[in-house]
Amino acid sequence: MTFGLTAEILARIQFAFTVSFHFIFPAFSIGTASFLAVLNALWLWKRDPAYLKLFEYWKTIFAVTFGMGVVSGIVMSYQFGTNWSVFSEKAGAVIGPLMGYEVLTAFFLEAGFLGIALFGRKRVGDGLHMVAVAMVAIGTLISATWITSANSWMHTPAGFSLDANGAFIPEDWWAIIFNPSFPYRLTHTVLAAFLTTAFAVGAVGAWHLLKDRENRQARIMFSMAMWMAAIVTPIQIFVGDMHGLNTLEHQPAKIAAMEGHYETHTDGAPLILFGIPDDEAETTHYAVEIPKLGSLILTHSLDGEVKGLKEWDRADRPPALIPFFTFRIMVGIGFLMLGLGMWSLWSRWRKTLYTNRWLHRSAVVMGGSGFVAVLAGWYTTEVGRQPYTVYGLMRTADSLSPVDAPAVGASLVAFVIVYFLVFGAGVFYLFRLFRRPPILDEDHELDKAPHRAAGITPGPAQEDPIKEGLRHAD
Amino acid sequence: MPIDLPTIWAGIIAFAVLAYVVLDGFDLGIGILFPFFPARQERDLMTNSIAPVWDGNETWLVLGGGGLMAVFPVAYATVLPALYMPIIIMLLGLIFRGVAFEFRWRTQRASHYWDYGFWIGSTLAGFTQGIALGALVQGITVVDRAYAGGWWDWLSPFSILTGFAVVVGYALLGACWLNLKTLGAVQDKARKLAKGLGIAMLVLIAAVSLWSPFINPVYFERWFGWPTAFFSALVPLLLAVCAFLLWHGLTNDKHLQPFLAALGLFVLSFVGLGISFYPYIVPGSLTIAEAAAPDSSLMFLLVGAVILVPTILAYTGYAYWVFRGKLDPEEGYH
Ligand code: HDD
Ligand code: HEM
Ligand code: HEM
Repeated sequence: MTFGLTAEILARIQFAFTVSFHFIFPAFSIGTASFLAVLNALWLWKRDPAYLKLFEYWKTIFAVTFGMGVVSGIVMSYQFGTNWSVFSEKAGAVIGPLMGYEVLTAFFLEAGFLGIALFGRKRVGDGLHMVAVAMVAIGTLISATWITSANSWMHTPAGFSLDANGAFIPEDWWAIIFNPSFPYRLTHTVLAAFLTTAFAVGAVGAWHLLKDRENRQARIMFSMAMWMAAIVTPIQIFVGDMHGLNTLEHQPAKIAAMEGHYETHTDGAPLILFGIPDDEAETTHYAVEIPKLGSLILTHSLDGEVKGLKEWDRADRPPALIPFFTFRIMVGIGFLMLGLGMWSLWSRWRKTLYTNRWLHRSAVVMGGSGFVAVLAGWYTTEVGRQPYTVYGLMRTADSLSPVDAPAVGASLVAFVIVYFLVFGAGVFYLFRLFRRPPILDEDHELDKAPHRAAGITPGPAQEDPIKEGLRHAD
Repeated sequence: MPIDLPTIWAGIIAFAVLAYVVLDGFDLGIGILFPFFPARQERDLMTNSIAPVWDGNETWLVLGGGGLMAVFPVAYATVLPALYMPIIIMLLGLIFRGVAFEFRWRTQRASHYWDYGFWIGSTLAGFTQGIALGALVQGITVVDRAYAGGWWDWLSPFSILTGFAVVVGYALLGACWLNLKTLGAVQDKARKLAKGLGIAMLVLIAAVSLWSPFINPVYFERWFGWPTAFFSALVPLLLAVCAFLLWHGLTNDKHLQPFLAALGLFVLSFVGLGISFYPYIVPGSLTIAEAAAPDSSLMFLLVGAVILVPTILAYTGYAYWVFRGKLDPEEGYH
């Protein structure tokens, strides 16, 4: 089962495939965990049952997503050893402790409080329950911090020395953690997770508004999501620009690939809007360009120098095609998100936020845009880093485990089958959960579409928190 | 006296692995026992008994694996390629059992497929963990700080035996957990199963212990040479005590005692392995000192571990305490 590919390519496909899934679920659960903390705090503060209902509604969705995030993450933590053992042996002393801290400060925190956050409200009371919900949210953010630090170090390594075997020896942990690209990557990634969730929540809210525009819970979620879209998207675009400038400083070859430049421009580089980069011919075909704009964006001057890929040996260049397209997809989605955010501000001002059906339809269409942007962003960064795992120092080809190609091929096939089966079903169940109307009726768990075995299952004996909330509100 | 960082870390990693084995052991055991409890209510009760804690239990596996990369990168980089197949299968098994907790509540029609997934996933995860253990005891080929064997080297009669031993052991833990957390028919059935599984586990421990000294002369030396023979004599003695307590608890309607006794069996087997392995981390190939990361890594992570591991134990203990007591079949978590 090698499909005529080398062990290296198979291992790379396997890593890209499994980490793509692992990024989709955590990106959603990072945002949802914080969203839940906000909803629960609002409920405790205002005692408005609508917030409690929303908490219960999104809690179930969170639980399903989180479960998929956890199991796909465990695969990642072992894959460094199974498929990239030489990398692990050489860079483990630097990367390993960062991931070790992720386990100790984040994973245990999330897992330890998850049970209480999901099932323990009655048992521990409102106050401690709020603490547990907050701990889960904080845990997801700490997790994102350590792992982006580890990943950033691979892009912009710092604070180490090399020993006689070519292994990385940590010298200055501060410099390792706060390596040059880390602050940008962390901010950009966390905001991306928030936006991903915001657009998903907005789509669910909009969809229910299209069916029943009086539904108060749907109104609240739509409004909250649109505030996020209007406020966070501009910040994200600004941070993305800073991130790009940082990359230009530390990984100019990646920028050249993203921009589709093969030649170095000393008198103002154009911005290539569209084209097809061709690494063989060293040119971007059918390029549609705006003169000088590339230099303006990247150097903030009309005539700034922008290096082209020909500056590097062929063996040291990243492939241009993937970063070129994925970058455009991400940026394009960023501007679409901005558009929706601004439109929602306008509607809010015109008092049509809950009635403008075209706004709602657009929000539904944009529901998955965050996921696409997030993946596109990672592909840009990671493919643009090639041919290195530790930028400029360790090549991908030299990072590989001594495992035979058939073993890697077989495991790849197994992962593809299992992931599509299991996560496909999971996504299907998520859509089912999105479809439940967020209404304040007695049986909030069952609602219209029964999603648990009717009859045989013992019903929850604990008092219905929504009913209780209603009683409180009286 | 200089502090020996690698040995301290070997102790911490060993603790994480032990914590994983006993904690996730009873979770996986619940899954392994699924075929014996065909009714939907029974299965709901069983999964609910672990739903609030399984994720925390599994995190010890991430600490064991991820920690190994941080503090013994050479061991991580040689053991995982050597155990490529069992580890991949274990990961796939853990995927099925991890999602089953949620998925089985989200569907009516396909619910029993996820129950199969839960059963098969748990069993495969336990079996491959046992295989990995057996393959490690047998030793793996390391040349020049890298794995130098083939991708089927892990397969042998001995590793199959340890695979079965771990499945039986996990099932025993699971049955004792049910005896602790439930009442009525489920508890009765669990207790009966625990008796049979207890006997099977003792037989398998004996078989593995008698076989392993002949696999590698180092183990033989360790177990029958002086002064270590003193400890190796102590271990079987304590095993007998635990076996007695297990049996006594099960026949006298005790609820906590059998679970603790089963934990004792695991701890003692683990100590026995420690006696065999020390000072190697990969038996016969890599010592703890050879595999260790530079001191700057060990020290950096140790500072955090010293503060964080006790904190983790405290709040994990709290979470168990919140969900203490017998499970109320009326209290569905979902
Ligand atoms: C909702 C998600 C999202 C949105 C709307 C955007 N991005 Fe982004 N972007 C990401 C999600 C993301 C990401 C997934 O978080 C990445 C991948 C790795 C990383 O550091 O962040 C990323 C990477 C990334 C990089 C690559 C950094 C590198 O080379 O390492 C650049 C230059 C930008 N982004 C720039 C932008 C610009 C100019 C945007 C505005 C139009 C933009 N991003 C919108
Ligand atoms: C290849 C790199 C990565 C590895 C090895 C890894 C490892 C893991 C592991 C082992 C878990 C499960 C923890 C548990 O048992 O509770 C996990 C969960 C998680 N990971 Fe990753 N991870 C990686 C990348 C990322 C990235 C890039 C992010 C986000 C920026 C992220 C965010 C999370 C979060 C928030 C969770 C909690 C579960 C969830 O929210 O779905 N991880 N990861
Ligand atoms: C979570 C989102 C991520 C995505 C979508 C992603 C995507 C990719 C892709 C597409 C590749 C293959 C690149 C190629 O071969 O051309 C790759 C490789 C790799 N990435 Fe990432 N990555 C992510 C996060 C991470 C993180 C957090 C780390 C490390 C902590 C990491 C480390 C690596 C390594 C070791 C490889 C294999 C060697 C290589 O091909 O560069 N990645 N990733």
